[in-house]
Amino acid sequence: MRFENDTIAAISTPVGQGGIGIVRISGPQALEIADRLFRAKKADIPSVARQASLLYGHIINPADNTIMDEALLSVMRSPHSYTKEDVVEINCHGGIISVKRTLEAVLAQGARLADPGEFTKRAFLNGRINLTQAEAVFDIITAKTEEGMRIAVEQLQGGLSEKLGHIKNKLLEIGACAEAYIDFPEDEIGIQTLQQIRGRLAEAKDEINGLSSTFQEARFFRDGLSVAIVGRPNVGKSSLLNILLKKDRAIVTELPGTTRDIIEDYLNINGLPIRIMDTAGIRNSEELVEKEGIRRSLHAIQNADFIIALLDGSEPLAEDDFQLMELISGKNAVVVINKSDLPAKLSLETVREKTKEYLSLSALSGEGVETLKSAIFHANLRNWGEEREGVVVTNIRHKTALDNTSSSIGRAIGLLSANQPLELFSIELREAMDSLGEITGMVTPEDILDKIFSAFCIGK
Amino acid sequence: MNTTKTYDVIVVGAGHAGCEAALAAARMGMAACIFTMNLDTIGQMSCNPAIGGLAKGHIVREIDVLGGEMAKITDKAGIQFRMLNKSKGPAVWSLRAQTDRVLYRLKMRHVLETQENLDIKQAAVEEIIVEGGKVKGVLTALGIFYSSGCVIVTTGTFLKGLMHIGHESFAAGRAGEFPSVGLSDCLARIGLKLGRLKTGTPPRLDAKTIDFSKTEAQFGDDPPTPFSHSTQKITNPQLPCYITYTNPETHKIIQDNLERSAMYSGKITGIGPRYCPSIEDKVVRFAERQRHQVFLEPEGLDTNEYYANGISTSLPLDIQTALVRTIPGLENAEIMRPGYAIEYDFVFPTQLKHSLETKNIEGLFLGGQINGTSGYEEAAAQGLIAGINAALRLQGREPLVLGRHEAYIGVLLDDLVTKGTKEPYRMFTSRAEYRLLLRHDNADMRLMEKGHEIGLLNDETYEYFVDKKKKIEDEINRIKKTRVKPDRINAALKELGTSAIEEDSPLEQLLKRPEVSYAVIRQCSPSEVELGDDVEHQVEIQVKYEGYIIRQQETAEKLKKLEEKNIPADIDYKALPGISREILCKLEEVRPANLGQAGRIQGMTPAALSLIMIAIEKIRRSRVSHL
Repeated sequence: MRFENDTIAAISTPVGQGGIGIVRISGPQALEIADRLFRAKKADIPSVARQASLLYGHIINPADNTIMDEALLSVMRSPHSYTKEDVVEINCHGGIISVKRTLEAVLAQGARLADPGEFTKRAFLNGRINLTQAEAVFDIITAKTEEGMRIAVEQLQGGLSEKLGHIKNKLLEIGACAEAYIDFPEDEIGIQTLQQIRGRLAEAKDEINGLSSTFQEARFFRDGLSVAIVGRPNVGKSSLLNILLKKDRAIVTELPGTTRDIIEDYLNINGLPIRIMDTAGIRNSEELVEKEGIRRSLHAIQNADFIIALLDGSEPLAEDDFQLMELISGKNAVVVINKSDLPAKLSLETVREKTKEYLSLSALSGEGVETLKSAIFHANLRNWGEEREGVVVTNIRHKTALDNTSSSIGRAIGLLSANQPLELFSIELREAMDSLGEITGMVTPEDILDKIFSAFCIGK
Repeated sequence: MNTTKTYDVIVVGAGHAGCEAALAAARMGMAACIFTMNLDTIGQMSCNPAIGGLAKGHIVREIDVLGGEMAKITDKAGIQFRMLNKSKGPAVWSLRAQTDRVLYRLKMRHVLETQENLDIKQAAVEEIIVEGGKVKGVLTALGIFYSSGCVIVTTGTFLKGLMHIGHESFAAGRAGEFPSVGLSDCLARIGLKLGRLKTGTPPRLDAKTIDFSKTEAQFGDDPPTPFSHSTQKITNPQLPCYITYTNPETHKIIQDNLERSAMYSGKITGIGPRYCPSIEDKVVRFAERQRHQVFLEPEGLDTNEYYANGISTSLPLDIQTALVRTIPGLENAEIMRPGYAIEYDFVFPTQLKHSLETKNIEGLFLGGQINGTSGYEEAAAQGLIAGINAALRLQGREPLVLGRHEAYIGVLLDDLVTKGTKEPYRMFTSRAEYRLLLRHDNADMRLMEKGHEIGLLNDETYEYFVDKKKKIEDEINRIKKTRVKPDRINAALKELGTSAIEEDSPLEQLLKRPEVSYAVIRQCSPSEVELGDDVEHQVEIQVKYEGYIIRQQETAEKLKKLEEKNIPADIDYKALPGISREILCKLEEVRPANLGQAGRIQGMTPAALSLIMIAIEKIRRSRVSHL
């Protein structure tokens, strides 16, 4: 059920236009969400910022306080905004990809993805738009809904719909079983054991998580995977970059629409577009002061989807190398030891202590480069198994619904394990079905009753 | 036309719905009259001799708090009380009673007869008189006209009732009673759309011919828990039920004779309830089952008749006898009354408002099985609401409409008027979104304000509930604030198999553990006030379920905001652009009262709801600008 006082968010610039995109948030929680996601350069905090002020700073990941993007944020308080609610607009500078990520972060903080035309609807309901424009509001909602439905239908092709249907049916069966057990205590219902139910739910959760993770992976296919090569000067970053790009020189292009001082080159591994972020200074690092070099490396580590931490195998580990391995620990990264063509002076034991995954190559001879490419591919497309046959989730609305379903199932499993009463379990399961229902169509009490009466012989 | 006494409220039919409707109206000061075709069947239980059960027991408790009679009569006529689901969490416990059929109707008739402002008349009402879209009164078969401000029709299965036993069929309202034919045609004439449903009953057996030693006895709770807050003690002697089973031999007889069943030979066109299938249905649809349960339920204290619950059938009598005699304990059983199926007319309930008044005819209310429901409890609840709302209407007051988060009665009425029904509608707890809020144990806390406000819950009882509510709140506060020392409670925790505490811990945290009941709290840190079982039980439930209760309350609160957005009656759905034909049809049929209800219409989409919202705002603003 949609509620009118929810806080809603959506990307409000047309996709693919220019390097700047806007995430708009409207509703009672807008400022609170902005506070959690935004660190201003000055000490400004969105919720106490002046009306209609523009703040400069960064979007951060509240989980680990890392910087996701540079952004300008504008604050418009109720009633002086388009919707007459508190409105925050985040102008992201990193192109459409970072706009999408920012939106995801906003949704993760409790906003709901706006329905098509919902900002306009609120603007009208709250008196911002006058009566003579009411027909236009109808049209906007109708048109956007139709467009949204067309896109959603397209995105449900390719087996996704079928797969979700299976999962929904599984949840429905378990739900019916729980409900029957509660509502018909005197009937002989062959109730499944808790272990069976738990097992089936865990299965469903895994399937949902697998599908949800394809969102990220599919995005890599669509938008490209950004890879940063970092390391201290002279470990061979430029040589690695060149040899990686060499074979694919024909398709190397500059990605348009970027506003940064980073040149992004682009190669292709098994169809996966890879954007190598050459953090500018790294190519000419000797010309930069050391401080600037570190700043750029940090920036690359924070912003890239994947990091290649490059070490020089022909030299003993330096202090900077240790720092680098600290920085990338826990991140999506691989440690690469370059210069395998030269006698090894680096202590592999020490590297092993710091990281589980590393590989050796020679950027000069090309030995080991294919292994690196394969490692990049598989580290980012873990779930890209053959058996999926291309079923992917590409719509953020679908992804949000799947994630909510998964969390509810997780809680339901937790309740079963903690021996909590079945009526609580059933609440979580209903929520799971409601969330999934946002994609597949709602599960009504009537559906559950249908399932009960077809599965169990009920009634004295 | 003969004109006679003028009434405020006339009730047609004296079953469970009619009795509650008439009593509520009379108690609210209306001059009321109840018509029945037979004075000796007032409050007749025409199906199984039991009241309550999952969700239904909840409804009975709600009826009680709203000043209805069903709970009290059940306590007086009950011969076995069982709390169902005791092995599960307290939120889904539910009370059920076996009742003495004769005692029930005599007690109910006595209450009606001693009620001030209420006349009781034996007469068949053939016609509802409507003028200019308003109800004027009723006309009986003898051509006598009774005038009234409101009419409540509660005719149960009597509208064109048709009974089937095998290939024999005869017009009847219940076994041995005449149906009502004229009234059904009259309802159609005044513009109501009618459909056809069916239901069935099992054969009733003579105890002298049953060998109970071959069955399992099932006893009630000792001591029995009453339904009504006003009942101190259950005084009737208590009887067991007996359980036995069908077997492959039974199933073979049924399979071999299916074409002789009224249902399976295509004679019956009405739709039957899936939750109460005939034994023919069970055997056909669940062919792999080796047995089905049969509950032998006593019909009363002073009778030998037993109700063979579980083998509802429309097979001919010879087959009924043969199949019964394959069942252990029933080898020599004599059937006293055969099982039968009955078809009857019902009114599509989407033609009603939540108040149970028809949308098209002012002052005409419908309640009970006529609205497509099944069950005594569902019927009584509707009768009560119809009676209350007829009185409120005549008093010029707003109707009583219970929310889905307030009562199962609210869920029942909202489902009926919003979704309609295809089969006889029965309440299940799975129909409620807010199961944790709608418990049978807290019906008084949920509805006391409403009951008092409409004037059916007296001051004394109301004060008692207010005091109880305060005790519960105080004790919960105490439990939240008080900490207990490890040495005072660890022994008890150990015994319960749950982990010991190492430092002083809040009682609340301990009570939240599944293993810990309020008794443990009482033992290690008792309240200074005498609380009583009832209050302690409430405290325990509210603390244990707190997180989920709050969650449900919050959702309910949000939903309420949508319920408060009324949709103007003159909204033109056809003028909404981009609304699908299917949704348009539903909207025009149901004409939802508010956005909340609109959202629950089958097939409704967020986009369509948005369009309605814009339309409401448009209407509102254009009205303001015309002022």
